Amino acid sequence: MDFPDELKYTEDHEWILMEEEVATIGITDFAQEQLGDVVFVELPEVGDILEAGKSFGVVESVKAVSDVYAPVSGEVVEINEELPDEPEVLNNSPYEDGWMIKLKLSEAIALEGFMDATAYQEFVEKD
Amino acid sequence: MRYLPHTDVEVQQMLDRIGVSNIDELFSGIPEDCRLQKPLNLPTAKSESESMTMLRSLAEQNSRVSDWDAFLGGGAYNHFIPSAVDHLISRSEFYTAYTPYQPEISQGTLQAIFEFQTMICQLTGMDVANASMYDGASACAEAVLLAIRAGKKRQKVLLSQALNPQYRETVATYCRYLAVELVEVPTRDGVTDQAVLKTLLDDQTAAVVVGYPNYFGQIEDLAAIAEFTQAAGARLIAAASEPLALALFRSPGELGADVVVGEGQSFGIPLSYGGPGIGFFAVKKKDMRVLPGRLVGETLDQDGKRGFVLTLATREQHIRREKATSNICSNQGMCTLIVGIFLALHGKQGLRQLAEINYAKAAYARQQIGQLDGFEIAFSGECFNEFVVTCPEPVADLKMRLEQQGILAGIALGRDYQDLERGLLVCVTEQNSREQIDRLVSALAGGTV
Amino acid sequence: MISTEGRGLVLDEKLLFEQSQPGRIGYSLSALDVPATAPQQSLMREEIAGFPELSEVDVIRHYTRLSTWNYGVDSGFYPLGSCTMKYNPKVNEAAAHLPGFAEIHPQTPEALNQGALELMYNLQRDLGEVSGFPAVTLQPAAGAQGEFTGMLMIRAWHEANGQKRRKVIIPDTAHGTNPASAALCGYEVITVASDGVLSKDDIAALMDDDVAALMVTNPNTLGLFEADIRAICDLVHERGGLVYADGANLNALMGISRPGDIGIDVMHFNLHKTFSTPHGGGGPGAGPVGVVEKLEPFLPKPVVIKEGDSYKFDYERPDSIGRVQSFYGHFGILVRAYSYILSMGGEGLKRATELAVLNANYIRARLEGEYDLPYKQRSLHEVVFSEKALANDCHTLDVAKRLIDYGYHPPTIYFPLVVPGALMVEPTETESKQVIDEFCDALLTIAEEAKNNPELLKQAPVRAKVRRLDEATAARKPKLRWEPDQS
Repeated sequence: MDFPDELKYTEDHEWILMEEEVATIGITDFAQEQLGDVVFVELPEVGDILEAGKSFGVVESVKAVSDVYAPVSGEVVEINEELPDEPEVLNNSPYEDGWMIKLKLSEAIALEGFMDATAYQEFVEKD
Repeated sequence: MRYLPHTDVEVQQMLDRIGVSNIDELFSGIPEDCRLQKPLNLPTAKSESESMTMLRSLAEQNSRVSDWDAFLGGGAYNHFIPSAVDHLISRSEFYTAYTPYQPEISQGTLQAIFEFQTMICQLTGMDVANASMYDGASACAEAVLLAIRAGKKRQKVLLSQALNPQYRETVATYCRYLAVELVEVPTRDGVTDQAVLKTLLDDQTAAVVVGYPNYFGQIEDLAAIAEFTQAAGARLIAAASEPLALALFRSPGELGADVVVGEGQSFGIPLSYGGPGIGFFAVKKKDMRVLPGRLVGETLDQDGKRGFVLTLATREQHIRREKATSNICSNQGMCTLIVGIFLALHGKQGLRQLAEINYAKAAYARQQIGQLDGFEIAFSGECFNEFVVTCPEPVADLKMRLEQQGILAGIALGRDYQDLERGLLVCVTEQNSREQIDRLVSALAGGTV
Repeated sequence: MISTEGRGLVLDEKLLFEQSQPGRIGYSLSALDVPATAPQQSLMREEIAGFPELSEVDVIRHYTRLSTWNYGVDSGFYPLGSCTMKYNPKVNEAAAHLPGFAEIHPQTPEALNQGALELMYNLQRDLGEVSGFPAVTLQPAAGAQGEFTGMLMIRAWHEANGQKRRKVIIPDTAHGTNPASAALCGYEVITVASDGVLSKDDIAALMDDDVAALMVTNPNTLGLFEADIRAICDLVHERGGLVYADGANLNALMGISRPGDIGIDVMHFNLHKTFSTPHGGGGPGAGPVGVVEKLEPFLPKPVVIKEGDSYKFDYERPDSIGRVQSFYGHFGILVRAYSYILSMGGEGLKRATELAVLNANYIRARLEGEYDLPYKQRSLHEVVFSEKALANDCHTLDVAKRLIDYGYHPPTIYFPLVVPGALMVEPTETESKQVIDEFCDALLTIAEEAKNNPELLKQAPVRAKVRRLDEATAARKPKLRWEPDQS
């Protein structure tokens, strides 16, 4: 299972990549493995304003559904248009081709609140 | 008892293996204060012959439509059922199976449902149909819930008063404790009043529901209603309690309906005092993922062979629980089979001809009754196999008078429609011969048979 | 040319549409005996594109062949947990087919269908006797609609008392219909964890003035009787709530314990489970609901009543929640259930429960050890194993599929959710010791195969119509109907 170092992680098994004031968000390798074959992805629309902690999308496998929560607040500036048509990308490449949305942060946030790769790996293995 | 195979010796062997001395001990998990301290007060077991005698005696107190000149419709229709239907559904591989949870040993049920879904789509002119709902009324209620779900905070639903009253009641029950505002739209000349409907439509309206044909048997102008309903951003739900009409009239899908629901009893299901019937439910592609109920889809097995499975299950209660699109679990599996067989037997030509026969017989009856002194055909528009007659005498009296001549003349509309105090809803199907219709006409006119 | 592909014991069969031949017919209609006439052209549709054109022989062979790919109770043992797949007596079918039941129109005046009304009245009374409830409605179409009906009545009762309670407590072992039905009544669902059975303290901690009801299944989906049920009902009542019981597992209680006597306020019946009506490939069932006296005014209308010597529908019920479907319920199913009760009698129903529980406990005794049993309390009508003891990374799904190769319908799997890889076995009373022994032998053999040759499980089934199906592709690229361009 992969835990790339450059990312931050949440307890809801999402990852965040911060570049300038834009956060790219997706679900982790662990999350996709737990879900199994992803068959459907629902994303917000560009322009939607997301509030930290609120669900912004849905990932479905054959027999499970998982809400995806916004780790930070901000405006959706880009979505991965490919995902709804090719949901299996989430299984094959959760950290790269399987990114879900890009958020422009509404305010500067402290990333200390999130786990780094080592901490997340421990969190996952503890379960 | 013939269904209970255990011999005393076997019961003892099983108890020994379990390690208890008697059956009572198996119930030790039930606290004493939860135990029933007396035998059930039910009659003793009857032999098959005895119980059939009792049941036959109850059955014989009822009035079979075939013993009467029956002109009853109103949501349940007397159509002929070919012998092949009952022959096939008596195969217990079908009727003693359950929901196809294990697709490898349920391909019969699954393929039959896939074919049912396809034929419902073809008939209604829609893209996706589910594997059935309980009946037309509850399907209509579920369609309203779909529109609310998909309607992004819109909470108003407009129900035509010409929609089957039982469907309207059921919708009201389903919405009783939800944030939904139900508004009834009056009728004009037996169809939904479009002028009023336009004034009621606004940016809070999630759906408009009309019958097609409506409760009075009339054919609504769906295309016009669809146009201004959708212009207001709402969905048009067409509810067909007599879907045989769809073999003759333009399909709701073609006319622009967003959701088509209805009752499939007309297609081979016995009247059986009104149940079970079968609700059908069809949508356009855009609503596929907010559909209630089960769906069967085509796929391949690991050897690349075609097969069918239950699919898109994440909409359903066993996965999404309180967030599911509906609480429905079991539906009307056996009835989908009946409908499939009936439609396959009649096919492209037969269903059309059957619809034409129904239309022509009703038209004949309507024309004959319309010529009687004092009787009027209530509405001027096109109708299918039902129509409303305005009677010169109280409908209850008239019905009683005809009953004595072996005629069930129709349904009194006064209870559901105050302005139709003298209205009688008459239904004519292929089961009514010309002689029966002539007897009805003559009896209405005051003659005796 | 033909090939041997798909030939042999299991025969392939195309879709109806693929067999269609233009001009072929499978119907016979009487000649029109009135003048032909048609609606105006602009209202009429074109022919139904793609609709099948087949002979009666085609249709008979088609569905007959489809039936051979199915597995029903009449094919063999069907221990699907929580579904009570008991034998469906044939006399029930004969009864429902009597023309005096099958050919009666629901709009016929009540005076002309007294036999049908009497049957419904008697069935209301008999279900009331089995369950301990003074009032029963037969209208709901299925268990889930019964739940919905029951929860609507609970809400109506609270509102009639000026109470706006918003929450319903549901255990984590509950069937998904419970939370879904509560949500349909506008309730917020509070899930309570259970350790096999509910703890009174856990309920006490959640029970406040905003809780309208507790929904329980008793015995629960682990096959365990809720031992504290009386105390829990008392507690909920003290704080102004009501208790709903899911009657899916009533087959464990007939003649032994009556929900209406022990504090339950509302319960639905599944006539297709407990009362032997056929499951029909997934319905139609019937989900009557029993209630205590104080909820009687809220029953759906109409209600069947007796006045003097005659029976009628009572529509004058101002507090009724309304109707949940057309007409009076699944009458054809009600006839079958009534026929079953006549055949069994009071003692027979109790004996059915006893033997159902005996069968489940016998299976437990034979398999415990080889299969992990997560909850050790005394089982009633069903027993739930986990996948923990399986060797070589074999899972419950593999066991289920391997059972198919041995000629059985698998038990319910992966439910209840609280048991990892649950294998939920409900034998019912109509299975003999021989059948159950052979089934247990098969499961024990499969456990051995998992140790020695796990591929036999992972590749299973190999002897059914199809092998494991690609459900992911079915959901990713849904193909939900036949299309003409499909070859």
